[in-house]
Amino acid sequence: MVEDRELLRVENLTRIFGSGKSQVRAVDNVSFSIKEGEIVSLLGESGSGKTTTARLILKLLPPTSGKIIFRGKDITYVSSRKELLNYWREVQAIFQDPFSSFNIFYSIRRVLNNALRLVSESISREEREEMIKEVLLSVGLNPAEILDKRPYELSGGQRQRIMLARVLLIRPKLLVADEPTSMIDASSRAGILNLLMELRNAYGMSIIFITHDIGLAYYTSDRLFIMNSGKIVEEGDAEEIINNPKDDYTKKLLEDVPVIHRKWEL
Amino acid sequence: MKDIFILLFRSKRFIVGFVLFLAVLSFAIIGPMLNPKNPFQMVGGLFTPPSDKFILGTDNLGRDVFTQLMYGTRTSLLIGCTAGVIATSIGVTIGSIAGYKGGIVEEILMGITNVFITIPSIVVLILLSIAIKTRSAAVMGLVIGVTSWPWTARAVRAQTASLKTREHIDIARITGFSSIEMIVLEILPYMFSYIFMAFILQFSGGILNEATLSMLGLGPYQTVSLGVMLHWSLLWEAVRTGAWWAFIPPVICLSMTTFSLMSMNSSMDEVFNPRLRRS
Repeated sequence: MVEDRELLRVENLTRIFGSGKSQVRAVDNVSFSIKEGEIVSLLGESGSGKTTTARLILKLLPPTSGKIIFRGKDITYVSSRKELLNYWREVQAIFQDPFSSFNIFYSIRRVLNNALRLVSESISREEREEMIKEVLLSVGLNPAEILDKRPYELSGGQRQRIMLARVLLIRPKLLVADEPTSMIDASSRAGILNLLMELRNAYGMSIIFITHDIGLAYYTSDRLFIMNSGKIVEEGDAEEIINNPKDDYTKKLLEDVPVIHRKWEL
Repeated sequence: MKDIFILLFRSKRFIVGFVLFLAVLSFAIIGPMLNPKNPFQMVGGLFTPPSDKFILGTDNLGRDVFTQLMYGTRTSLLIGCTAGVIATSIGVTIGSIAGYKGGIVEEILMGITNVFITIPSIVVLILLSIAIKTRSAAVMGLVIGVTSWPWTARAVRAQTASLKTREHIDIARITGFSSIEMIVLEILPYMFSYIFMAFILQFSGGILNEATLSMLGLGPYQTVSLGVMLHWSLLWEAVRTGAWWAFIPPVICLSMTTFSLMSMNSSMDEVFNPRLRRS
């Protein structure tokens, strides 16, 4: 499934917040690349700079220095609306909080129609309705039940599924999934993860998981990048890292995973 | 939305404010319809005390105070409303653009706002009132509105800056919304209650500002407003001659209007910010 063509490469990406003594190097000289159809995880505790990295890749935040290269093209300083729209057609995201990811004033139909507007302006109303119904079915939701509802009438799992439906409509090349399952309950989690994996299998989508959950990263990813205070401290094959961690921080991170049959010492 | 109205009408303070405001409003709108007299017409003697013929007596030129009061309240409400609409629109526009855009745009817009805050608005109002030769009620409203937006702009900027960090804003951005769409569709709806409350405050502030200016003699020409009535009674020494009916009624009308607006505002605050609710 993983092809050899490189999809996205970041080179020496750095983002500094604040200035002078209080400056924080949220992302510090980070370099990595992801191939087409590959699933990788950026793994780290809160404050390690993984969400900032995600925002930089999504062009929601300008970097202080460094480069982002998407399909061979340097898009670091792209700022015209047209180019940004083209980029966002290829790179999309799912965020952590399925509650605040929605504008509470709009129905689900409107959310999905907005996503279609990004794909093409010239799809007829009937076609749009058809496409929306199709993607809702494919994420396991009943269109008739969902379409006219407002976000606050739905559960967290349902909302995250709608966010997935939104991604499916746009069908980007790269999906940045920032803690996609951390705020929904365990029973919906596996369903969402399997849907995400299916995106790769069916459409060859590359996925970057941003997570602190080693189990999730191990289960889903081909490669892992371990981040600590803005730097990537270890990277490599998922299996390899979990079984044979080299960096001290990675070891500590692995030790902190709660295991069911071992008593926790607090 | 329906729940909000139910909650509002459960609050006694809101009902008091609402009923009082309706009373003032109908006095100002229906009054002149039922009683289409000219408030400038001299109908009685100089400072005639209240009687059957003149419910609130007459003023220094023998004009009926009751008729003046109806037309004056109407003008004052009109000026307050115009000022409120203008101040709220300017404040919301500047505040939301500054808060959403951030960076240099925010610095510039907030710089302008801070300059407007430090200049005492009464001075600007006096200068503007002098500079504008034909002062109609609409112009008064405009002048007051243009000088009283800064506080709204600052508050809206702060609200926008905090709303901006929500994830649906990021989603909308990567869906390709333009800045205007972002502000109008994604941010302002969340502030609707806040903006409405800001409007009510600006409305009552506008009425009071008009009264201040008009009492100083900078009010609208050829029109009677509550402030203009106070100006006349000041000018013709109604206080010294003991003609209380010339200045007490407009003062009561003014206080009732602002009190009703304020009490509606504070009970709305309670409904929209559940933390302020008392059990």
